[in-house]
Amino acid sequence: MFCLRKYDLAKCKSPIRFINIVMLLAVMMCSSTVWSDTFFDQSMSKLLGKNFKSVTQGVELLAKSNDERAEQVLQTLLAGDLYRLKKEKRLVTILEERGKGYLVTDILVADKTYEVTSKRKIKRVAINNTLRTKIKAAIAQIQLTDTDPTKRSAAVVSLFDVVDDSQIALFEKMYEHEKNDRVRSLIAFGVAIGHLKTGSVVEKITAIKTLEDSLEPAVRNALQATADNETDKSVAAAATKALGKIDQKIDNYALMETLFFGLSLGSVLVLAAIGLAITFGVMGVINMAHGELIMLGAYTTYVVQLIMPNNIGASLFVAVPAAFLVSGLVGIAIERGVIRHLYGRPLETLLATFGLSLILQQTVRTVFSPLNRSVETPDWMSGALEINPVFSITFNRLYIIIFCLIVFAMLFFVLKKTTLGLKVRAVSQNRAMARAMGVRSEWVDALTFGLGSGVAGVAGVALSQLTNVGPNLGQAYIIDSFMVVVFGGVGNLWGTLVAGMSLGVANKILEPMSGAVLAKILVLIFIILFIQKKPRGLFPQKGRGAEG
Amino acid sequence: MKKLTASISGIAAAAALTFSASHVIAADDTIKVGILHSLSGTMAISETTLKDTMLMLIEEQNAKGGLLGKKLEPVVVDPASNWPLFAEKGRELIDKENVSAIFGCWTSVSRKSVLPVVEELNSLLFYPVQYEGEESSKNVFYTGAAPNQQAIPAVDYLMNDLGVKRWVLAGTDYVYPRTTNKILEAYLKAKGVKEEDIMINYTPFGHSDWQSIVSDVKKFGSAGKKTAVVSTINGDANVPFYKELGNQGISSEQIPVVAFSVGEEELSGIDTKPLVGHLAAWNYFMSVEDDTNEAFIESWQEYIKNDERVTNDPMEAHYIGFNMWVEAVEKAGTTDPSVVQDAIIGVAVPNLTGGISAMMPNHHVTKPVLIGEIQDDGQFQVVWQTTGNVAGDAWSDFLPGSKDIISDWRAPLSCGNYNVKTAKCSGQNF
Repeated sequence: MFCLRKYDLAKCKSPIRFINIVMLLAVMMCSSTVWSDTFFDQSMSKLLGKNFKSVTQGVELLAKSNDERAEQVLQTLLAGDLYRLKKEKRLVTILEERGKGYLVTDILVADKTYEVTSKRKIKRVAINNTLRTKIKAAIAQIQLTDTDPTKRSAAVVSLFDVVDDSQIALFEKMYEHEKNDRVRSLIAFGVAIGHLKTGSVVEKITAIKTLEDSLEPAVRNALQATADNETDKSVAAAATKALGKIDQKIDNYALMETLFFGLSLGSVLVLAAIGLAITFGVMGVINMAHGELIMLGAYTTYVVQLIMPNNIGASLFVAVPAAFLVSGLVGIAIERGVIRHLYGRPLETLLATFGLSLILQQTVRTVFSPLNRSVETPDWMSGALEINPVFSITFNRLYIIIFCLIVFAMLFFVLKKTTLGLKVRAVSQNRAMARAMGVRSEWVDALTFGLGSGVAGVAGVALSQLTNVGPNLGQAYIIDSFMVVVFGGVGNLWGTLVAGMSLGVANKILEPMSGAVLAKILVLIFIILFIQKKPRGLFPQKGRGAEG
Repeated sequence: MKKLTASISGIAAAAALTFSASHVIAADDTIKVGILHSLSGTMAISETTLKDTMLMLIEEQNAKGGLLGKKLEPVVVDPASNWPLFAEKGRELIDKENVSAIFGCWTSVSRKSVLPVVEELNSLLFYPVQYEGEESSKNVFYTGAAPNQQAIPAVDYLMNDLGVKRWVLAGTDYVYPRTTNKILEAYLKAKGVKEEDIMINYTPFGHSDWQSIVSDVKKFGSAGKKTAVVSTINGDANVPFYKELGNQGISSEQIPVVAFSVGEEELSGIDTKPLVGHLAAWNYFMSVEDDTNEAFIESWQEYIKNDERVTNDPMEAHYIGFNMWVEAVEKAGTTDPSVVQDAIIGVAVPNLTGGISAMMPNHHVTKPVLIGEIQDDGQFQVVWQTTGNVAGDAWSDFLPGSKDIISDWRAPLSCGNYNVKTAKCSGQNF
């Protein structure tokens, strides 16, 4: 009878368990664990219960059940994808929406599908944080025997906090069979933590020797506890020494982390400012609506995601050129409509563009509502690259640093290597002479402004992944952008890059010491003082063109 | 100009204008109600909803036959998230429009700005948002939560139910988080939490670069003791904060975050994936299963003509405040603010969580406190709630300066800050 059920399961197309269904295992389960299956059946009925208590019991039973379907059920439950049909008392997952209801499938038998006519007939099996902890622990226990070494290591690490004598025995047994080096060393740490708690003096000293190479927080805590509470002086001293060694390493990594944080903040600043470096730096237009052009780029991302909801991963690649076009065209319209009448009158330009920024904000508020819009983060941008337990690099930040450098390189290329770039530089250095040489300066003005605006839009795509997409998005970046451009030296792209990055790093170094608010103030004061000393910024433009 | 700004701020506002315009002719036969919420600027995101809520409540009351035989007439003004403008617009409502009561404000600074005006002209202001306390005015009715109706019960829950031993108090740098955290710090220390187990952090408005702070929280939380973050981070800065938590691999069961400013409305604009499992403390959740609540949600979605729109705690506060005012006016038989002020104390109306809320003599209301876990559909699952109602306390019992002060606006005391030790009313109105 049980074998029959296993056969059913073998047909099940669940991606998680499919690879694990090995005939041998099925036979073993059938012969050895007759009563474990009753645990599993009991747990199923408990999971149908309406309150947390019943579901908790269900999870505990699942953990004990030794049943290979347990992990799939736990994973589904953890992901919040497990539902119960109120009347039929059946655990299901949703396949798709159908009319006012859903098409669902039985959690255990994949090819059994049901039509649910109303959303009220189905209810999610609710979980809370206490339950999540329990589920994760249960999954960890199960995954200790998983075929994937990363899953095994994670399972071992998650058991560090609860090592006791029986766990040590289990770890030691695992150690003999384990072939993967990383998992082996983690198991060794686990055993050592256990010895540190309960072992003899000699065992403790050896344990400390093993542990001083680990950066796991649980290891550090175990050592700290030993250093504080151990009665044997030699053990306590050894623990303190090991702690010192670990802390030294942690400090080094913390420094690298700060540097990374700084570069990532810097790249955001550079992205926001680089469009301004063109409109303000090259053309000399004080464009207070620059922030709103960034905002338009972010909203373009939102619209692109609305158009292609099933392709969130690819949506950003579409959004970048789209945002460039949208912001660029709005920029050209601003230049043609307003700014060209105000060249040489910086105060009026400032006021007019400030008015434009308010108009753009309120337009967005009317069209999209004053509420923030939800821009989804693609899966490839979530999570972190874990280098070791105390140092990991978040993907979204990493990609934005890379993206910033690409945008910078492309812009640099356009300005230095193309005809448009040549004309732009010619017009900005000496308008009359350029015109005399046959450059249509008005046309160049419009295109330059469009280019700067378009780059602002591209920055908006990046920012939509980091911050809120709302009507006020731009205001948060306009001051910072001007700061970076002025600090870097007006009219110099390299200056913008170096200024943005160094302001970012300076901010992040100050932040832990002074708090985020004071750090910003200190950076601002520094820039004011710096501008007093060097009014033309880090990389002043040289030559006669700069004087005019 | 006023009408222009209002009309471009949304279809609903336009509807409201035509509505109010049609009643202008019969001005003497109506009771005017002032609505003082920002419809443009930074705070429009939160306050526009409250304006719509008020318009709906007034419309419903008119459908029921109005008040004292007269129709209610809403007067909407837009203080544009500009704090001094709140005082100006408040004066306009009371002096020029002759409104009987004002429902409005969101930020504490806007309330503090309009407060002297309301007191000088002796009108009524119903304030619907959770705030830091330490205030009680004769003319203001605080229908949102005081710290003891939100922050303290949330900390109790974390301490007793989740066994939290280390605390991160993170907030945006302005008066509400600073005062709340001061109260919480004193409260935690009174409960025996050591100085080194409390980390306090402030960030500017709209802070978006949370990397190093989250990394600090992670380090602080990896010391082997259960850690939680108590967040008074203001609206906009929350999304990047939770995103960063998710990216750095901090899950809600390792370090739960309980927030006091994140509600359904805020969640409706964002990708909720990184927030699932984190907590919020409020006096109302849209997901509460109760008939009054279902009816309220239904009429709201019908009024706003969008069945995706959510309801939230400040909306419930306006619901309670408005019904209290209506009942007090009926009881007093007049809309004269000085009479209504006395009549409203003790008035009890149903709230939306299945109970009854009453107006206390200190001008705060009684409400239950609920803790909810954020779900991926942007709703909250209630995981804990107080057994009964909690009465709002204007002056915190945990701050040295304010623990001896009580507020009681009934005669003969009639004082918002009576010091029980010195038996003196300090004379200020608030």
